[in-house]
Amino acid sequence: MKYQSQAVAKPYFIAALALFVGQIVFGLIAGLQYLYGTFLFPELPFDVAHMSHTNLLIVWLLMAFMGAAYFIVPEEAQTELYSPKLALLTFWVFLTAGALTIAAYLFVPYAHLAAITGNAVLPTMGRGYLEQPLPTKIGIVLVALSLLFNVTMTLIKGRKTSINLILVGSLWGLALLFLPAFYFPQDTVKASFGWWWIVHGWVEGDWELILGALLGFILIKMTGVDREIVEKWIYIIVAMTLVSGIVGIGHHYYYTGAPSYWIWLGSIFSALEPLPFMLLIAFSFKMLLARRREHPNKAAMLWAMGTPIMAFLGAGLWGFMITLAPAQYYMHGTNFTAAHGHLAFFGAYAMVSLAIISYAMPLLRGRVANSAAAQRWEMAGFWIMVLSMIGIALALTGAGIVTVVLQRAAADPMPFMQVQDKERVFFWLRELAGVGFFVGLLVYLRSFFISGEYEYAGEMKRALAT
Amino acid sequence: MQQVFTKAMARNIFLGGAVFFLAIYLALTYDTWQRIPIRDHADQMTPAVLRGKYLLDTNDCIGCHTINGEGAYFAPELGNVYKRRGPDFIKAWIQSQPTGVPGRRQMPNFHFTPDQLNDLVAYLQWLSNIDTNNWPPNIQG
Ligand code: HEM
Ligand code: HEM
Ligand SMILES: [Fe+2]
Repeated sequence: MKYQSQAVAKPYFIAALALFVGQIVFGLIAGLQYLYGTFLFPELPFDVAHMSHTNLLIVWLLMAFMGAAYFIVPEEAQTELYSPKLALLTFWVFLTAGALTIAAYLFVPYAHLAAITGNAVLPTMGRGYLEQPLPTKIGIVLVALSLLFNVTMTLIKGRKTSINLILVGSLWGLALLFLPAFYFPQDTVKASFGWWWIVHGWVEGDWELILGALLGFILIKMTGVDREIVEKWIYIIVAMTLVSGIVGIGHHYYYTGAPSYWIWLGSIFSALEPLPFMLLIAFSFKMLLARRREHPNKAAMLWAMGTPIMAFLGAGLWGFMITLAPAQYYMHGTNFTAAHGHLAFFGAYAMVSLAIISYAMPLLRGRVANSAAAQRWEMAGFWIMVLSMIGIALALTGAGIVTVVLQRAAADPMPFMQVQDKERVFFWLRELAGVGFFVGLLVYLRSFFISGEYEYAGEMKRALAT
Repeated sequence: MQQVFTKAMARNIFLGGAVFFLAIYLALTYDTWQRIPIRDHADQMTPAVLRGKYLLDTNDCIGCHTINGEGAYFAPELGNVYKRRGPDFIKAWIQSQPTGVPGRRQMPNFHFTPDQLNDLVAYLQWLSNIDTNNWPPNIQG
């Protein structure tokens, strides 16, 4: 840790991991309700488990991005953070707002929550990922403003590297793209069209810039490769992201009431969206091969190399599978989408968050890298989570295939609930893989409780002895 | 290579590409905005339809169901449910929830009044007439 104020990243990272655990618990509950619909009903209906699962995902990723920003921006700018106090205050506001919101989901019926939070005045509730009541949404904006003020002031007074410009710029983009959450037209087709500004705009636009900046930072630090080369790659990658991804949003406009020209535009441009993910793999491995040092934090390197591969699998491959209009005609809104959503969200944004946490947390705890024993636990957690997530995606893909064959493309289509019955085996596999994922998460978290730092001398001796 | 293709050039492609495609997207969105009201018969969004929509939103129906393929995959498609089931079945169904059948997926009871049920059905009827390029492939959604 080069600057004292970077320490404010620590509570953000810890809270992110705690919320991650919460996300997975609700995922397991929702997954079980797929199999036993009466489980926890009526206390916890599926939709509440579902919104808690997805909202916790978004909140923990935002926590991790914010922590990353407070860690990276001062280091890149070569100056202390503008106001560490504000960053800490913002942390507590965000955590409290998040916790209150989840508590409200669990204990207040949704319609009642809407009634007591002024939804009638400015309707915003009842859209996927944006289920939060109005006060929470306003809170999110305030938290974002505080973050933007803090990192922008830091950037202004310090060195302006490309990594920092991309990172701070994409945080502005993240906040701006959230504003359509306050625009909920009564026309359902327009509402859906605008909902994707946020959802697609984040995951297939702005957040890829954040991903690029974080990965670029980690690789500069860990490989010692020349910054100019890394930053040039990152610019090319994010250029590809926006060139393909902006009009590529049309892959959400085929069958939701928008004009038919989107079928062509969306198919052509979104078919190019895997390219930046391929480039990300090429870039990361080139940097790995060109490394000028062996960084002792092997676990962080594993996360950093795993991220582009898993992001490509989830976003590039599984995304491509459902993106061309003729294929999506049958796959739209099935568990194909959920398979893709899981693999892509985990592979890209969860993993890059865990990568920066893996790199930064030892530094925040006063060491370059954790002990070899701690790293072994962390890397075991990596493999169990990655393989389990592939299992989840394969199981959901299986369910998707059954829906397409029996319900969507059949000459004599079967009703939805009957088809779901035929898919039970896949929902079981998903739940089992989900339990595996949870075990992997616990193994990963265990690594934080193994004390000690990396011992160069001891590790060297051990390496020579074998 | 290093000199031929510089970081500044890469940055300019990024900025230029972003601005160029954003401009195209905004122009297309403007055009789409003119066409949507025709494709979804916005003139038929009566006060009852809008009240019905508000009920779907504030009871988080898309937390389990999809509407035109968007939402959750736990329960059947609602975009065409009006055509699949008809108004009377839909009202009776909503009123009789939850089924309580052991192990079966459960839908809550929202305690709608008869007027609210009419509004709901009005909205579902409006939804079922949107031009979605012939999606879903069949009535089962
Ligand atoms: C890391 C990047 C990505 C993430 C995190 C991501 C995540 C998601 C999620 C969560 C959904 C479901 C949204 C919902 O309805 O709830 C979705 C839908 C979709 N994604 Fe992605 N995605 C990514 C990249 C891509 C890419 C690169 C492509 C294309 C090659 C793609 C193609 C699609 C398509 C076509 C749908 C709509 C599926 C349908 O119609 O049901 N995605 N994505
Ligand atoms: C134990 C592991 C997990 C289980 C059992 C699980 C289960 C579920 C279930 C049941 C749903 C609702 C699907 C529906 O709409 O019907 C869901 C949605 C979702 N989950 Fe998970 N989940 C798990 C882990 C994760 C992880 C690690 C991530 C991302 C990092 C994630 C991201 C998502 C997203 C983005 C959605 C919305 C997808 C969509 O609407 O297409 N989940 N999950
Ligand atoms: Fe998309």
